[in-house]
Amino acid sequence: MIAVVDYGVGNLFSLVCSLGKIGAESKVVTTADELKKADKIILPGVGAFADAAEKLRLSGMRQTVLEMAGGGTPLLGICLGMQLLFDKSLEYGEHCGLGLVSGVVDEIKGLPSGFKVPHMGWNALRFKKPCPIYKYIKNGDYVYFVHSYHGTLCGKSVTATADYGVPVTASVMEGNVFGTQFHPEKSGETGLKILTAFAEL
Amino acid sequence: MLAKRIIPCLDVRDGRVVKGTNFQGIRDVDSPLALAAFYNDSGADELVFYDITASAEGRRLFIGALREVASNVFIPLTVGGGINTLDDFDMALKNGADKVSVNSGAVKDPSLIGKAAKKYGDQCVVLSMDVKRVDGRFTVFVSGGRVNTGIDAVEWAKRGQEEGAGELVLNSIDTDGVKGGFDIEMLSAVGGKLSIPVIASGGAGKEEDFANLFEKAPCADAGLAASVFHFRQVDIKHLKQTLAARGVPVRL
Repeated sequence: MIAVVDYGVGNLFSLVCSLGKIGAESKVVTTADELKKADKIILPGVGAFADAAEKLRLSGMRQTVLEMAGGGTPLLGICLGMQLLFDKSLEYGEHCGLGLVSGVVDEIKGLPSGFKVPHMGWNALRFKKPCPIYKYIKNGDYVYFVHSYHGTLCGKSVTATADYGVPVTASVMEGNVFGTQFHPEKSGETGLKILTAFAEL
Repeated sequence: MLAKRIIPCLDVRDGRVVKGTNFQGIRDVDSPLALAAFYNDSGADELVFYDITASAEGRRLFIGALREVASNVFIPLTVGGGINTLDDFDMALKNGADKVSVNSGAVKDPSLIGKAAKKYGDQCVVLSMDVKRVDGRFTVFVSGGRVNTGIDAVEWAKRGQEEGAGELVLNSIDTDGVKGGFDIEMLSAVGGKLSIPVIASGGAGKEEDFANLFEKAPCADAGLAASVFHFRQVDIKHLKQTLAARGVPVRL
């Protein structure tokens, strides 16, 4: 069973429906006890980093996510859920993340003029190294992004970038821990293939 | 490169997609799910659902149709029509919308934009504007384009961005329904200085109109249309191939 961690941040409707569409067994969990029964974890999230990090802590599931990921349970962070995997974020101050992936969440810097923030819309993935959740898709496939911050100082974990005048960190991997800055549940067939590959891990 | 987006708009009345050439000429064209699935398979980048019903029963049917589509089609969905309060935002987002578009409701209460952006995030809030030339000035109209607010469109677009809108739909009343091409002049004047994405609407009649839009109005991030897609006058897959061949970045 894939646990979708519900800590009061964002809308889980599409994610839950997309997991149903690919035939994956999933459950929205709100407590550490429910979470412990899962064999895979998805950490979603939209909004501001500090607020989400605090809500995850208050939900009582932060420690369980850390323990299970540390014990080898596959974990997928999506969008803000991916950003939470890093050591820290510089969004409105400096805030601690889960520290499962080395790096710092920061603004997308060095954008040429005319490139709007947020980075919003469909962009192509540029593979940087092999990643098991990409086994059913190909280099150059388009996925849907909505974000203003991204992972930096995380070069060795980056599995794909997207070209937006500068390279934007699109996804990371650290052992059994995966993160996608884009939304697979909003990325059409490509996104469903990514979720399928994760569900099969 | 970020792809330029092609967005079909579905007008929904009592849970069915309709496209009227005028208020007498409204005709049923398809079930929302059938059309949404068709567009998804054709390569649409997003879908807009616009509720044109006024009754509570119509609203209930609309929400049902939205849920059905959102459960089966996994591309971004925007809901518009009759959005006046935070509760309206809430209802749309809970039932599968990713973004909510507000038009007359924001003119009545501009603080709605900021309140919604704060509660749900900028990315959810789309400000939609119906713009018409009045004495040589781009002016905002509401209530389906029937009521002149006297508000300057350039100022209102800027205000919307400042209030926290994450995206702007610019619909030209002057070119809407005419199928003679998008209103490049209006789009450039109203959308040209913004830092949020701009969706162009009104006037698409053929493939060439989309190519013209993206080549002549660089501020346009997306082209939105309804009837040319519903009646298959423009095939999205073919359109995107044409755009790609002309050097416009699109998701194929």
